[in-house]
Amino acid sequence: MNPLFEEVLPGGAMWSMRIPRWRRIRLTALSPGANVSALLYHAGNPLDRLNVPDTLKALHTAMLTRGHVLMSDMGSALASIVEDTLGWHDPLGGHSTAEMVSAAFGASPYQSARNAFHRNARDNFLIELAKHGLGIADIVANVNFFSKVVADDEGRLRHVAGHCPSGASVTLRTEIPVLVVLANCPHPMHPPGEYPRVPVRLEILPSDPPPADDFCRGFRPECGRALELAARHLI
Amino acid sequence: MSTLNYQESPLLKKSAIASQVIPAGEGWMHRVEAGQTLRIVDLKGNQAADTFFFCAGDLQERYSAQDTIREQGGIYLTTGTRLMSNRVRPMLTITADTCGRHDTLGGACAAESNMVRYALDKRFMHNCRDTFLLQIALSGLPLTKRDLAHNINFFMNVPVTPEGGLKFDDGVSEPGKYVEMRAEMPVWCLISNCPQLNNPCNAYDPTPIEVLIWK
Repeated sequence: MNPLFEEVLPGGAMWSMRIPRWRRIRLTALSPGANVSALLYHAGNPLDRLNVPDTLKALHTAMLTRGHVLMSDMGSALASIVEDTLGWHDPLGGHSTAEMVSAAFGASPYQSARNAFHRNARDNFLIELAKHGLGIADIVANVNFFSKVVADDEGRLRHVAGHCPSGASVTLRTEIPVLVVLANCPHPMHPPGEYPRVPVRLEILPSDPPPADDFCRGFRPECGRALELAARHLI
Repeated sequence: MSTLNYQESPLLKKSAIASQVIPAGEGWMHRVEAGQTLRIVDLKGNQAADTFFFCAGDLQERYSAQDTIREQGGIYLTTGTRLMSNRVRPMLTITADTCGRHDTLGGACAAESNMVRYALDKRFMHNCRDTFLLQIALSGLPLTKRDLAHNINFFMNVPVTPEGGLKFDDGVSEPGKYVEMRAEMPVWCLISNCPQLNNPCNAYDPTPIEVLIWK
């Protein structure tokens, strides 16, 4: 199926778009080690926004993969993960700031680096959100596609290097109209060194509505109820 | 950050400058000045105290669970944990903890999330987010739903497995257990004493907590 829209997000890029319900959003890492920090909002009411804790406790998970439904804090499915080649995306680590990026990868300002300067997810979020009348109060817990952070038995967190190979992809299906905000910036727990700069292909494709026997709908009863609440947006 | 980090406090109840018992299902919002100490007591055990903080000097600066767990390198909150803001600055430091493990992944219950988690007809049960929304509306401060992000659940036990599972275990708290924290900046503390009746976080029997403040 041909994409309705396709674009490559260079390393460091920011991106946002209001996307109707029942579109697929596919992200593909074009070299190893991608990280895309993401926020989602109900496009018609940004106060109804991605709620990571509600999502995790409904799914009894501390990671994200196929079958999982990203839920809003007013109970609606925002988007479902319908395809995933990686099996683990991070909902715990948060997103990078200017201070973190400078500390980990060195200062690289625009004056000297031009458009290869070291961008960070916080500033990218603030810029993209401002285009939709939103700001720092709208930045809540985000997810990090392509990254893996594990907790050991003591609860200590570890960023897993080498998790994302070139070609890894994850596909979301929007369940209501959503505002998607992306920052293709290093994970805040990425080890210090060279600024990782991984291009990511973004495609928007058509989708059928989720059928009665949809994998995500049946993944857990909570997913089915979140999809049912999403359907109430159509009433 | 190690877990079950038991630490008693030397502070005596009689020297507290403020104290209040918060029954289950009630809220509390109070300013805590820099250097003051806030204690939350689980009076009957196995209660969940849903707690959130705003920086008093800039209400857009607020508690951030993701920044807190990443900066300390661990998911559980206990003695020594610095509660970080969304500007990655320490707001408070946990200075004593006789419970030893607190959750910040589970967030607050809400009318709508209760529908998703339990059943669509749970819509009309009381919940923490309603308490939060009412407290900030009554506070007189310029705060709205936009300003509520995800909170701490003191006395709750929500383990994560190395395989990425999230469990809701029986509480490790008992009657009289407490957690204490020193404000590193002036903050507004917002508490909902959780009224949840659908899961074992409070043994299906929500009970009162007490808050105390020392200068």
